[in-house]
Amino acid sequence: MNRHAKINSARTADQSHFRTLRLGTPFQPRIDALGLKQDWYNWAGYRAPHSLWDEELEYFAIRSQAALFDISPMTKYRIEGPDAEAYLDRVTLRDVTRLKPGRVHYTAWCDDEGFVLDDGTLFRLSPTRFRLCSQERHLPWLLDSAIGYKVSVEEETEAVAGLALQGPTSFAILRDAGFAGVERLKVFDLAEFAHEGGTVTISRTGFTGDLGYELFVPADKALSLWDRLMAAGELRGIRAIGYTALNRARLEAGLIVANADFTTAEHAIRADRLRMPDEIGLGFMIDPDKGHFNGRRAILEARAKKKLRHVLVGLEIEGNIPAEHAIVYYRKSQEIGLVSAAMWSPMAKRNIALASLRRPYGETIVDDLWVEIYAMRELQYQKLMKKAKVVPRPFIKLDRRTANPPADF
Amino acid sequence: MKAWDAIVIGGGHNGLVNACYLQRAGLDVLVVEKNDWVGGAATSRELTPGFLYSNCSYVCSLFRPEIMRDLELPRFGLQVISYEGGAVFTRDGDYLANYRDHDAHRREFARFSKRDAEAYDRYSRDVTRQCRFIQPLLMRTAPDPTSFRLRDLGELIYLGKKFAGLSAEEMALTLRFWTMSISDFLDEYFETDVIKANFALSGIIGTALGPMSPGTAYVLLHHYMGEVDGSVGAWGYARGGMGAVTRALAASFKASGGTIRTGAEVDHVLIRNGKAKGVVLAGGEEIHGKLVISNADVKRTFLKLVEEKELPDIFLRRVRNFKIRGSSGKVNIALDSLPEFHALPKDSPVYRADMHFTDSIERMERAYDDWKAGRWSADPFLDMMIPTTLDPTMAPPGKHFMSCFVQYAPPKIDGRDWTDADRDGFAESVVSQIAQYSPGFRDRIVHMEVRTPREIEAEVGLTEGNIFQGELTFDQLLFNRPVPGYAQYRSPVGGLYMCGSSTHPGGGVMGAPGRNAAAEILRDLAKPSLHMSPAHDVI
Repeated sequence: MNRHAKINSARTADQSHFRTLRLGTPFQPRIDALGLKQDWYNWAGYRAPHSLWDEELEYFAIRSQAALFDISPMTKYRIEGPDAEAYLDRVTLRDVTRLKPGRVHYTAWCDDEGFVLDDGTLFRLSPTRFRLCSQERHLPWLLDSAIGYKVSVEEETEAVAGLALQGPTSFAILRDAGFAGVERLKVFDLAEFAHEGGTVTISRTGFTGDLGYELFVPADKALSLWDRLMAAGELRGIRAIGYTALNRARLEAGLIVANADFTTAEHAIRADRLRMPDEIGLGFMIDPDKGHFNGRRAILEARAKKKLRHVLVGLEIEGNIPAEHAIVYYRKSQEIGLVSAAMWSPMAKRNIALASLRRPYGETIVDDLWVEIYAMRELQYQKLMKKAKVVPRPFIKLDRRTANPPADF
Repeated sequence: MKAWDAIVIGGGHNGLVNACYLQRAGLDVLVVEKNDWVGGAATSRELTPGFLYSNCSYVCSLFRPEIMRDLELPRFGLQVISYEGGAVFTRDGDYLANYRDHDAHRREFARFSKRDAEAYDRYSRDVTRQCRFIQPLLMRTAPDPTSFRLRDLGELIYLGKKFAGLSAEEMALTLRFWTMSISDFLDEYFETDVIKANFALSGIIGTALGPMSPGTAYVLLHHYMGEVDGSVGAWGYARGGMGAVTRALAASFKASGGTIRTGAEVDHVLIRNGKAKGVVLAGGEEIHGKLVISNADVKRTFLKLVEEKELPDIFLRRVRNFKIRGSSGKVNIALDSLPEFHALPKDSPVYRADMHFTDSIERMERAYDDWKAGRWSADPFLDMMIPTTLDPTMAPPGKHFMSCFVQYAPPKIDGRDWTDADRDGFAESVVSQIAQYSPGFRDRIVHMEVRTPREIEAEVGLTEGNIFQGELTFDQLLFNRPVPGYAQYRSPVGGLYMCGSSTHPGGGVMGAPGRNAAAEILRDLAKPSLHMSPAHDVI
């Protein structure tokens, strides 16, 4: 082996990852201490909680107090350079030239055929520096698209820890934690604040449709940030929560999840599962006047030739039995689509759902829609055929989400 | 004198699968096998006390689950155990592992390239799409595009519809897949040498082509089409070695009333008035049968077992030109303890996986250069595994059986036959490669079985020792396998059929050629194939 002596030590040091199939996030010591249920799931290779102690109370922490949710496993890319704006304007759907430094927008990006690769949030940290957060991983796509631009793309998922602090008391907690000036953040604003000799980036964003913030911090400052928030929030009902509660809040907010409500283009094995933005409710992001972007030609052609085949809609379903993954029918007989997420909404007091329908159903034909619910009750399906109505999203609209200054609960 | 309903020449896995289906359909079937054991290239033999080798084929994935079910192979002892991924050792003292867990797999790739780690999803999607297109074709007789029979037209339409069901992008990819080199294909996804080498090996196994030769991308697909009990693309060990597959087939065959004669080498097929009437054994004994089915490869069948005068010239010429070039050998090693590898932590699952030492496509291609020059590779490509880490039946406790598939090994050395000294030199190239990565490896060796193409051809009967009975390049697939016009298991001689891997859909321990041939034979006899399940749905 002497002739093989040149060992890359950094690389070999990472060999041991095979002993830990599910990583902990930088917040894991705190989450493990609170995770009384030991109810974990796999989020992109991390051990993430479905629920920590009580699903219901975790949900109500979002709506009535403040909920702390660890978003560190979210994929994060640092995109930087003099051409970063032009590059992202080309790669993503929305007009990035209108995204000012200190602002965030929700966007999506497509392959050349106009099929959605993913949706995510784009943070403009400075005129030349951005952070793109997403569900799936896209480094080859982002790097290949960068050819010809003066821009660097770096994956920084492990280096940056993230927290969502959501709920009516979230603003008061941040203020009490000493983040002076946080009251000036309007929805989709971001700013940097001092923390432990470093900085934390706080944005007024979230996945709940409620008043809320997201905080990004270098991984080594994660635990002190957690402790700072928990201490400040003690009297305002701050609670750590798992994904089940968050998933309910996001559905009430009418937000979609990649590979739950639609299949991303790089994962779709079956060609008919691919979706254009207009087919999953993201048509509003498309700006035909902004210049070229990936998928533009195909998307505009599909619009012009009426080749869009699907539509994603919000449904209100009679009764209170959730219609999870129910088939949607026209006139109780013709299959026209599928429910991808459903719940009884405690905030709206309605039985709500997201569904993908085959056009023209959900587009021009919106009457006489039905869902067939298979409710398993003590080892028997109770089959229910319930009337469904197409309704606008979000299913709930909370004034406190956008109120300025944010209310002091 | 007794006339059997059918005589199957060769007790390899396809011969036995074919015989099982025919016997179960009510025929009186005899299998004649030249060796004193059945199995062909799927065999396990004890050559040194206490150690069972998988002498030729060594892993299982492609064997069709429909056949296992139809022939009740679990009842006759077949059990396949998935193994844990694999690894390529790198020359700088590290390794790249393939872990079964998706996220561990990504993290492992990220040690070498973050970009390549995230490229795997798209690669995997594209390969899966292509496999889903081809997989349903495995268990169907390929249509004959020159015939205008209704059935062939129907099958052609099926093929056309499947193709038309692809998107424009997928169609382009399909055509590229069928014609591209594995090296070019991988360049479209990955940038790191060792990661490309890791995937490329499936494109060259058993093939007398290098990773830069056009056509090798398809060979990779062929190896991705299998499963272990529904775990698609997984590979496993047959408990008791690959002989367990053919032992179970033989037991199933006998249980349904079939007869096997071992030590019975066929000298030639008995043909009268253009019709097969039986076989003549090497000793001169005649055995009569209404049908003869050959499990031997197409060259052996028609250039050795059938007289030239019985065959049309064009057919003969095409059989002679059929590519069935020897390219690989096998070294089976009995070890008195588990080898250690410098690079590998002692608790690594890679010990229970397949291991490789060729960390770049360039090295693979150079190994192929040696083959072209008529030499075994000085720096060979090894597919090495230690099945006894998961299967305790193949060696005494604490001792191990190591299987090394070795590429490349030419059918002739500098144009002359292999000698024993060549064979020893070939074995040394393998042992010295392993020893570079595994300290004290030589001292652990108790016994070795070294098989060059010479030994494989002599013992198993595979022409030039080619493991697929003919290369899996696109000019030799579907209705061109083995010969245009004779891709439906029939031959120019009435009553003489083919059922080996020379026929569609080709090699690997798959069983599909044997089954599909049985379906055609039963169709000719107008007998229902009640005991044959249709292919599983691909949804």
